[in-house]
Amino acid sequence: MNLDRLTIDSARTAVEQRATTAVELAQSCYAKIQKEDGQVGAFLTLSHDRALEQAERIDRMAAEGKPLPPLAGVPVGIKDVMSTRGVRTTAGSKSLDTYVPPYDCTAVSRMEAAGAVILGKLNCDEFAMGSSNENSAYRPVRNPRDLDRVPGGSSGGSAAAVAADMAVATLCSDTGGSIRQPASFCGVVGLMPTYGRVSRYGLIAFASSLDHIGPLTKTVKDAATVLGVIAGHDPMDSTSADVPVPDYVADLQKPIAGLKLGVAKEYFADGLDDEIRHAVESAIDRLKQLGCEIVPVSLPHTPYAIPTYYLIATAEASSNLARYDGVRYSHRARGFRTLSEMYRRSRDEGFGPEVKRRIMLGTYALSAGYYDAYYLKAQKVRTLLTRDFQQAFAKVDAIVTPTSPTAAFRLGEKSNDPLSMYLADIYTVTADLAGIPGLSIPCGQTKENLPIGLQILGRHFDESTILRVAHAYEQASS
Amino acid sequence: MKVSEKDVDYVADLANLELTADERSSLVRDLNSILEYMDRLNELDTSGVPPMAQVSDQYRTAADKSPVASFGAVLREDIIDGLRKSLPHQQAVQNAPDSDGTFFLVPKVIER
Repeated sequence: MNLDRLTIDSARTAVEQRATTAVELAQSCYAKIQKEDGQVGAFLTLSHDRALEQAERIDRMAAEGKPLPPLAGVPVGIKDVMSTRGVRTTAGSKSLDTYVPPYDCTAVSRMEAAGAVILGKLNCDEFAMGSSNENSAYRPVRNPRDLDRVPGGSSGGSAAAVAADMAVATLCSDTGGSIRQPASFCGVVGLMPTYGRVSRYGLIAFASSLDHIGPLTKTVKDAATVLGVIAGHDPMDSTSADVPVPDYVADLQKPIAGLKLGVAKEYFADGLDDEIRHAVESAIDRLKQLGCEIVPVSLPHTPYAIPTYYLIATAEASSNLARYDGVRYSHRARGFRTLSEMYRRSRDEGFGPEVKRRIMLGTYALSAGYYDAYYLKAQKVRTLLTRDFQQAFAKVDAIVTPTSPTAAFRLGEKSNDPLSMYLADIYTVTADLAGIPGLSIPCGQTKENLPIGLQILGRHFDESTILRVAHAYEQASS
Repeated sequence: MKVSEKDVDYVADLANLELTADERSSLVRDLNSILEYMDRLNELDTSGVPPMAQVSDQYRTAADKSPVASFGAVLREDIIDGLRKSLPHQQAVQNAPDSDGTFFLVPKVIER
């Protein structure tokens, strides 16, 4: 089976029409992983048994002529921050090296109930903290488009697996850009839904007011299909919204002519690479040719998004990661004498440098004497950033921006300078802070053949519009 | 310098992290450089601006309430039996670094 450019759509159709079987698809992916993943490093754990059992079940349904669910036989990967029953889940951390969850993340079980075949768990930055996948405690991931470059982060393994055709789609998390930035670096489609659109039950928490689950796929239609499967209220997650789920795939067919697209000058300021600027401006021209009206908008607090994000995210992380104490699960050091010493040494051995840095920054921002100056201040600026979007969306239906100020950088290029790594997230953290949906689609490449991403941001719970704009752009440019 | 080595020790203590000498000195450097950048938030006058702890805080004040009116109402009636059954004992302790099969084992906390 040729996996190149295999989409959810074409994989499911092939299984339904018996042109292939789900088992054969899974085995082709495993063969590809065996052959190529030694170089790329996308997968941390493979789940052969679970995959083949599911594939056989789908093949039996197909053979009996039963109606097949929307992801029937589609080989997918899961970022290793989502719990999978019976399959090791590390969050890219040594502290969870041997952790085997006793239950499934809701989004994972919804994927499986829709027929998806789960190939395994994907490499990521430790606890999803990073923008290059170099913070994985296991190994860095390399960008399949150029093995000297990073795939982006924190869902680097997930983006690389789709870009290298080792999986047809992957399920990932986005806290500050972790779906969209790797999508942009690897040349695939990444969708972060509205905060609350998809249940986070079973997602290993990083920053609870910012964490989202969403898909990485090869096409916009595939992203719409996966969102339709995973969206919707879940009683196990009190932050999941009880808002009706539209038919995202059907909505792709609605016209985009007449839609108002906002362009904010703050996203084209200093620091944006010229090649990226040019590609994104061409994409905006194309959308104009397709009948959209381009409207200048202002998001004046954008320059404050990075400090706001890194204060709130690290504060929440310092609290969420307190649970890794070596008692119920997670790494426990040896040779301690007291309980306190056990906690400290276990955490020091289990966590990598970036995780410690963020726990320290977050604890500092929450500590007596600094709470008002840092954490509370950041929460207030978060309100201002959100109001920027509310005012803009009173005038426009979606906002188009670059996904990242540069294309994929080289391994090691930023890894010794945490602040410069943080600054690379400038265009993605704003949507997480405001809770609005955003996606990234490929819009050309640099002279060095590195993919460039176009980001489309939408109103709360209006994924349909951004998917529709992205789909129209994709159809017009392919 | 905002953050001294003593501050790093204090915060590490709050966070239950035991740091090596190398980690301590690199954290002094990193936290100072990051916090210096964070200080640009002080350019903004936020008096009278409410803090935002959750995205749902904003939904309730947004002008367009129609599709999301039901979001943010996170309270519900208690469910006596729970939303799912408790894990069997054996599963609940299976990931514990040390367990006697019934309890999680830790070093003795109370001497008598």
